[in-house]
Amino acid sequence: MIPEIGHFALALALSLAVVQSVLPILGASRGNVRWMQSARSSAIGQVFFVGVAFAALMRSFVVSDFTVRNVAENSHSLKPLLFKIAGTWGSHEGSLLLWVLILTVFGAGVAVLGSNIPAATKARTLSVQAWISVGFLSFLLFTSNPFDRVFPPPADGSDLNPLLQDVGLAMHPPLLYFGYVGFSIVFSFAVAALIEGRIDAAWARWVRPWTLAAWMSLTAGIALGSWWAYYELGWGGWWFWDPVENVSFMPWLLGTALLHSAIVTEKRDAFKSWTILLAILTFSLSLLGTFIVRSGLLTSVHAFAVDPERGIYILGLLALSIGGSLTLYAWRAPVMEGGGLFRPISREAGLLVNNLILAAATGTVLFGTLYPLLLEALTGDKISVGPPFFNAAFVPMMLVLGLFMGAGPFLSWKRADLAGVLQRVRFVAGLAVLVTLAVWYLISGGPFLAYVSILIAVWLLLATLREWALRIKFMEAPLSETLRRARNLPRASQGMTLAHVGLAVAMIGMIGSSAWKSEEIVFVTPGTDVTIAGFDVTFTGAERLRGPNYIADRGRLEVRRDGEPVTTLYPERRSYPVAQSTTTESAIRSTLAGDLYASISEPASEDAASGEAWTLRILYEPLVNFIWLGALMLVAGGALSLSDRRLRVGVPRRTRPHGDLRLPAE
Amino acid sequence: MKRLFAVVPLAVAVVLGGFFLWGLNPERDPSEIPSVLISQPAPEFDLPSVPGVDVPGLGRADLTDTPGPVVINVFASWCVPCKAEHAVLTRFVERYGLRLFGINYKDEPKDAATWLSDLGNPYARIGSDRSGRAGIEWGISGVPETFIVGRDGTVLYRYVGPIVGEEAVAKFTTALTQAGALDRELGS
Repeated sequence: MIPEIGHFALALALSLAVVQSVLPILGASRGNVRWMQSARSSAIGQVFFVGVAFAALMRSFVVSDFTVRNVAENSHSLKPLLFKIAGTWGSHEGSLLLWVLILTVFGAGVAVLGSNIPAATKARTLSVQAWISVGFLSFLLFTSNPFDRVFPPPADGSDLNPLLQDVGLAMHPPLLYFGYVGFSIVFSFAVAALIEGRIDAAWARWVRPWTLAAWMSLTAGIALGSWWAYYELGWGGWWFWDPVENVSFMPWLLGTALLHSAIVTEKRDAFKSWTILLAILTFSLSLLGTFIVRSGLLTSVHAFAVDPERGIYILGLLALSIGGSLTLYAWRAPVMEGGGLFRPISREAGLLVNNLILAAATGTVLFGTLYPLLLEALTGDKISVGPPFFNAAFVPMMLVLGLFMGAGPFLSWKRADLAGVLQRVRFVAGLAVLVTLAVWYLISGGPFLAYVSILIAVWLLLATLREWALRIKFMEAPLSETLRRARNLPRASQGMTLAHVGLAVAMIGMIGSSAWKSEEIVFVTPGTDVTIAGFDVTFTGAERLRGPNYIADRGRLEVRRDGEPVTTLYPERRSYPVAQSTTTESAIRSTLAGDLYASISEPASEDAASGEAWTLRILYEPLVNFIWLGALMLVAGGALSLSDRRLRVGVPRRTRPHGDLRLPAE
Repeated sequence: MKRLFAVVPLAVAVVLGGFFLWGLNPERDPSEIPSVLISQPAPEFDLPSVPGVDVPGLGRADLTDTPGPVVINVFASWCVPCKAEHAVLTRFVERYGLRLFGINYKDEPKDAATWLSDLGNPYARIGSDRSGRAGIEWGISGVPETFIVGRDGTVLYRYVGPIVGEEAVAKFTTALTQAGALDRELGS
C-alpha cells in the first residue's frame, strides 16, 4: 500500500508541476497577481508530494519490502540500516527521485524565501523551474518508476554493490546532487531574465545565494567522492579523471566562474550576457552529467544499469532544456546593453581572466571526456583519454589561475594602480620564492613542475593573507583597531579570503601527494619486512573474519619508525557472497604530514586463503589530508559568504520589532 | 558580430547533441573492442630497449623466435591499473613459466625503469614505444592491453584492460591454456 501512495504522490506532483509551468508565467505577462502567486502553493505542494514519494521509497528499503522491484534488486535484509537507507538513492530510479526531490526543494526555497524578488521575476523563475520538474517527473514516472512491484517477490534481495556500502559514499550522492541540481534554480533565474529581457545588479544579487549554496554542496560532494575513491578503491590516489568524476567537476569549474562573474554583474553592471550564459551552461553541464552517467555513452568505473531507451529520453530532455535556453540566449542576449567600462588593469579585468581560464579549463575537460566518443563517431577508432592528457592540459591552466588569483583581490574596481599593487605584493612574492627554494633544498628530486606548483600555491596563500592583513591594517594600526576591523569586515570578503586560502592549502596537498608519493608493491608471507618513507612495516599474518553480509581476510601490519612502534594497521579484503564481489578496505595511518596507506589485494596464490602469501600495497602519501582540509575551507568560505547580511536568503531588512537583534550594530 | 557570438553556444550544443544521438545506438557497446588483428599476423614493429632496463628491446622477429606462444603486455608507469595487473602477470611468469614481453607505451624511460626496479621486472623483452607508433600498429585503445601471439606470429587473443580479479584471471588463463602458452600445468 505504501509504495502505491508514493507512486500516486509522484503523479500528483507532476500535475502540480504542469500547472506551475503555465499559470505563473502567463500571470506575469498579463499582470495577473493571483496567477503569479499560485506558484508559491504549487511549489510547496510539489516538494511535499515528492517528499512523500521519497519517504515511501525509503520506508520500503528500511523494512526490506522485496515486493518492490527496486528494493529487491538493490537491497538485502542483512544489510546494516544505514546502507538500507542509503540504498534509496543507490539505484538509477532512486537517485533520480532524489534528483527531483532536490529540484523541488530549490523551487520551494525560492517560493518561500525569495520575498525580496519582484513578483513577476519570481513567477517566471518558478515556471521555468516547473518546466524542468515536468520533464524529470515524467521521465521518472514513465520510464523509471521506482515503485514497480515484482511478483512473486524474491526471498531476499540481491544486494547493493558492496563498493557502495560505505559511509562516505552514502553521503556523497545527496551532497553532489544538491550541488548539481541546485544550479537548476540559477538556470531558471537566467531563463526568466532572458524572457523578461532585463538583467541588472539586483538580479545578480538574488541569484548569488543560490549559486553559492549549490556550489558549496558540489564542492563538498566532489571532495567526499574523491575521499571515498582514495580510501575505498584501494589504489591510492584521489582523482582519476574518470568520465564520471569529470562530469561532476565541469559544473564545479563553471559554477566557480559564475560565482565570480555574478560579482561583476552585481557591483559594476557588466558581464551581463556572459553571466547569463554561464548560468545556463553550468546547469547544462549538470544535465549532461546526469545523461552521461545513465546512458552508457562512455565507459566508466561507475555504473548504473544502462538502458539506451532511457538515454534517448534524457537526450530529448537535454535537447529541450539546453537547446531551448541557448536558442533563447542567441535571440535575446545581443539586445542586452553592456554595463560599466573598465581599464585593462582592474578588478573587472582580473575577474575576466579568472572567467576565461575557468571556461577554457572546463572546455578542456569536456573535450577530453567526450573525445573518445567524437573520435569513434568520426573514424570508428576506440581510444581512451587518460590522466596524461588532463595533467598536461589542465594543470598548467590552474597554475596560471593561481598566479592571477593571488593578485586579483588587490585590484580595485574600474581602474587599479598596478605599481601600487606590485609594491604591496613585492614582499610576499619574494617570500614565496624563498620558501620554494627552501623546499627545493630540503627535498630535492621532485619533478620541476612540482616546484613551480609549490611556488604558486605558496604565493596564493601568502598573497591572500597579505590582502587580508592590509584590510584589517595588521601591524599598521593598534591591535584593538585591527581586531575591530577584522570583526567588521563584510562576511563575503572574509569568505573570499578563507576560500582562496583553502584552495592554496588543497593545492599543497595535491602537489605533495602526487610528486612525493612513495609506493611499494610486494608479495608478503608472515614475517616479511617492508621499508617505506622511513617506516618499517612487518606483515605478521592474516586472519579470516565474518561481517554482517561479508567475509573478510584481515592482514596485520606492525609499523615501526626508528625501532619505535608507531601503530598497527589492519587492511582487509572483503568478499560479499550475495553480490558476488570483493572490496578492499585499506588501512590508513593518517597524520597531517602524510598518510601511510596499506591494502592487501589479490592473494598471490590460489591457496592464499589459508593465509600464506598476499600482495601487499603500501603507499606513503605526503600532505594528502591538506586536500580535504582545503576543500573544507572552501565550503566554510562559501558558508561565511552566504551568511553575509547583504545576501541572506529570506531576511531582507526586517522592519518589524521582533527583527533579529543580534545583528552587529554598524 | 554580437549576434553571431550569441549563436555559438547553441551551435556547439547542437553538434554535441548529434554525437550523443549517434552514441546511443543500441548496437554500440563502448566497452567492447573488437580487434581486427585476431587470426591475423602480428603487425610489423621494431622497438629499442628501455634505457636503464637490462632486458633487450622487442620487434616482430622476436615473436616467432621462441619455443611457444608468447604474451605481449602493453603497459606504462603512469597507468594505475597496470600496477595491479603487474602482480598477476608476475605470478604467471614465476609459477607457470609464461613467456612475457612488454611494450612500454608512451612512457619516460626513467619512470619506466624506476617502476620496474620498484615492482620487479617479469618481462623477458621490453620495447620502448615512446611515440605510441607501435601502439597504433597493434590498435590498442588504452593501457593495459594484453595479446597472445602464436609461434607462427598469428595474434590469437586480445584482452583489453587489467587482468585483475578472479573472473578476468580465469578468462585469461583459459585463453593461455588453449593457446598452449603455459610451460607448466596449472592447479599444482
